[in-house]
Amino acid sequence: MSGLAAIDRPAVRAPLDRPVLRERGQREVFCGLTSIVWLHRKIQDAFFLVVGSRTCAHLIQSAAGVMVFAEPRFATAIMEERDLAGLADANEELDRVVDELLARRPDIKMLFLVGSCPSEVIKLDLSRAAHRLNTRYSPALRVINYSGSGIETTFTQGEDACLAALVPEAPERAAEVEPSLLIVGALPDIVEDQFRRLFDELGIPKVDFFPPRRAGKIPAIGPHTRFLLAQPFLGETCQMLVGRGATRLAAPFPFGADGTTDWLRAAARAWGIDEATFTRVTTPGRDRARRALDRHRSTLEGKSIFFFPDSQLEPSLARFLTRELGMTAIEVGTPYLNRDLVACELEQLPDSLISEGQDVDRQLERCRAARPDIVVCGLGLANPLEREGLTTKWSIELVFSPVHGFDQAGDLAALFSRPLVRKDRLRVAA
Amino acid sequence: MKLTVWTYEGPPHVGAIRVATAMNGVHYVIHAPQGDTYADLLFTMIERRGERPPVTYTTFQARDLGGDTAELFKSAARDAFERFQPAAMLVGASCTAELIQDDPSGLARALNLPIPVIPLDLPSYQKKENWGASETFYQMVRALAPAGTPRPANARPTCNILGPTALGFRHRDDVVEITRLLASLGVDVMVTAPMGASPADLSRLPEADFNVVLYPEIGEAAAAWLERTHGQPAVRTVPLGVGATQDFIAEVVRVAGLDPSLADVSDHGRAPWWSQSVDSNYLTGKRVFIFGDATHAIAAARIASEELGFEVVGLGAYNREFAREVRAAAELYGLKALITDDYLEVERAISELQPELVLGTQMERHIAKRLRLPCAVISAPAHVQDFPARYSPQMGFEGANVIFDTWVHPLVMGLEEHLLAMFRDDFEFNDEAGASHLGAGAPALASAPQPDMASEIIWTGEAQAELAKIPFFVRGKARRNTENFAAERGITPIQIETLYDARSHFSR
Repeated sequence: MSGLAAIDRPAVRAPLDRPVLRERGQREVFCGLTSIVWLHRKIQDAFFLVVGSRTCAHLIQSAAGVMVFAEPRFATAIMEERDLAGLADANEELDRVVDELLARRPDIKMLFLVGSCPSEVIKLDLSRAAHRLNTRYSPALRVINYSGSGIETTFTQGEDACLAALVPEAPERAAEVEPSLLIVGALPDIVEDQFRRLFDELGIPKVDFFPPRRAGKIPAIGPHTRFLLAQPFLGETCQMLVGRGATRLAAPFPFGADGTTDWLRAAARAWGIDEATFTRVTTPGRDRARRALDRHRSTLEGKSIFFFPDSQLEPSLARFLTRELGMTAIEVGTPYLNRDLVACELEQLPDSLISEGQDVDRQLERCRAARPDIVVCGLGLANPLEREGLTTKWSIELVFSPVHGFDQAGDLAALFSRPLVRKDRLRVAA
Repeated sequence: MKLTVWTYEGPPHVGAIRVATAMNGVHYVIHAPQGDTYADLLFTMIERRGERPPVTYTTFQARDLGGDTAELFKSAARDAFERFQPAAMLVGASCTAELIQDDPSGLARALNLPIPVIPLDLPSYQKKENWGASETFYQMVRALAPAGTPRPANARPTCNILGPTALGFRHRDDVVEITRLLASLGVDVMVTAPMGASPADLSRLPEADFNVVLYPEIGEAAAAWLERTHGQPAVRTVPLGVGATQDFIAEVVRVAGLDPSLADVSDHGRAPWWSQSVDSNYLTGKRVFIFGDATHAIAAARIASEELGFEVVGLGAYNREFAREVRAAAELYGLKALITDDYLEVERAISELQPELVLGTQMERHIAKRLRLPCAVISAPAHVQDFPARYSPQMGFEGANVIFDTWVHPLVMGLEEHLLAMFRDDFEFNDEAGASHLGAGAPALASAPQPDMASEIIWTGEAQAELAKIPFFVRGKARRNTENFAAERGITPIQIETLYDARSHFSR
């Protein structure tokens, strides 16, 4: 079965002519280091060593909700004056820190050296460091480098950079074997298991998830790999996979009943699965999701929403909330708009202002003027906007909690309805 | 390079943000890459502030580095001035901008803004948050309260309170408590700074008769400068605990030249009686480990020792700037101070000492949780729990009351301790069921990890059984003492006699 020719891409009107408001100014966003908070939970024998400053260490600690895990699998090699003044050879220092780390954590199988703003600015070559450390520790430990710096990455782009660095580590998948399906993007284990059961029932036997749960289980990739992105922020990873000969199955992202159905359908079509089978397998989950969404519809229907840029999930979430719950999206801000990956989503958002980048003060003015029923924004803005009488949903919860797939559709809607219900319940005013 | 799992202090520019955020009419423009805006959430989430910190970040990206980042800084500063109309501006760089050397100070000067612009030089690769707050406050005071400001003859004795900032450990309530205490002595507070002060208020600082340094980590540099430049004496006793509050009052009375009889305050709050009452007998000699910022750790040691009758078995601080003071305090208890900002080193010290109570920061709270030790938080770094809705000062007599409750409640209560021993074989009131105050969902203690146990140590079955009869909250210590005792004497296997020999050897 050659397979590839059979892939039936959903018809997409190229939204290249779509006007987008591009802004430059203060960006109230996290840097890519923040994604370590969930990545280190996903790859359970990996350690993330940030090579950076005290600011980097403080950021991750603060974003993680301050010390949730007594001894986490991430740390910072904090650069000091002598490292910068050239008094100490930064490479020797880094080797020493890695030795110290491995002596404490011999259980670590994969070490990510994560570049930061200061390490990028002084041009500390972490790929050379990784190469050197690999020679020393192979095969017990694999050392990989990527950059999570704020000058190059915004929040979820840290995951993209990490996964892109992981792609070359994947073994080559032999050309003669059956096509395999690769699901790309860190998902909670429970969500992976739900999807795996659905693909099984559909009759797609070989399904892998990327990143893997353990360092030694990186799935093989080759020309017979077809992949579905589970997250819209994985542009670089997507290119790397295509570079390995894999084929992307274009689809909306699996949020909500319809989003999940369309996402699954993209795989079903690629495997030539008939409509009757597809309907039989997906109907129970889809109905469950719809019932779960119904409970939130009365709260959300007709309400307006305003997205500040944060995770690049914004167009997908806006599509879900407008199409499946009857909300209106006034502005959909995203730190970076990958038109190709979210083409299916943008198509379904004809009336919203799409903005890319940020000038936070100007965006706040637009938000205040629009008086949306709910604002999706970062933690730095949420309480100040609440104080002004707006209702907010902090966006970081959208990446920290399970929101993909049929069985999380209700939970995803609840993240938006809860602040509105709460405001309605409270009989005290600040 | 230093391997860091958790950090007690943020970078110095976070200290500067704490000063700017505490004040009115100040705006801070930081040359910083995208991502450094995370600092905002410390204030909006941990402290639940309803306004954004008054900070503009240039948030440059990689593509800007090839171009003109200096111009980016200038336009950010200009826009911030126009938008926020501050009465004074702070300008500086975060760690990354320090490396690209755009000179925010010179760039800001070139803008010729019609307000005082105070440049901050905060070396991110050497210094930390408290130092940054101290340096920022000092630079502002220097710039806004220059030498030569005349001091009027104040009708009543008047002081300033120096040191409280945003995101400070109980600063909000301490200021209220100490302002009340000073008022009860007839002393007016002219300016409290940085918290609540405007740039104009800082210019009025020299008009007060003296300064009260509540938080030396942040206020001492400015107080020393005011003393040198304006001849303002400073009250340096930190009123944490009943004894220290009495000393504080005596020092205020002396420095303000008040009637000495005012120092004889009769009402010291409830804490002294609570400590004297018989229910507190069981607190006697409890072994406590203390770690925090220097000021709070030193004060905690005195309270623990003199006001609660505990035994201080460990004392340390994470801020090296005050190492000398902590070392001197530790000597009072026959200890060597632990001066480190390495969380792992603190964890090691606690697990070796096996104290009965840990008084520390939020990080020690996590260590204690892991080692199943009771713990109370006495110091920054601040956590959302350190901003309670209720009034909850640490300083003054009310602060001493709060401290009594906070430290004693995590301990197994006096009577409960006896009951646990009495009923230890009872089917539902036994140690495996967990302490009753932890509720029904408390995990069974049998699975609690025993700290670093050498596996070759052998216990006889009887000795093991005897060990199991010892109440769980001292069992770890008993096991450890016995094993050390046996190892030193080459006794193996450990018998019932060894257990009791060790007990008599270590009994205090």
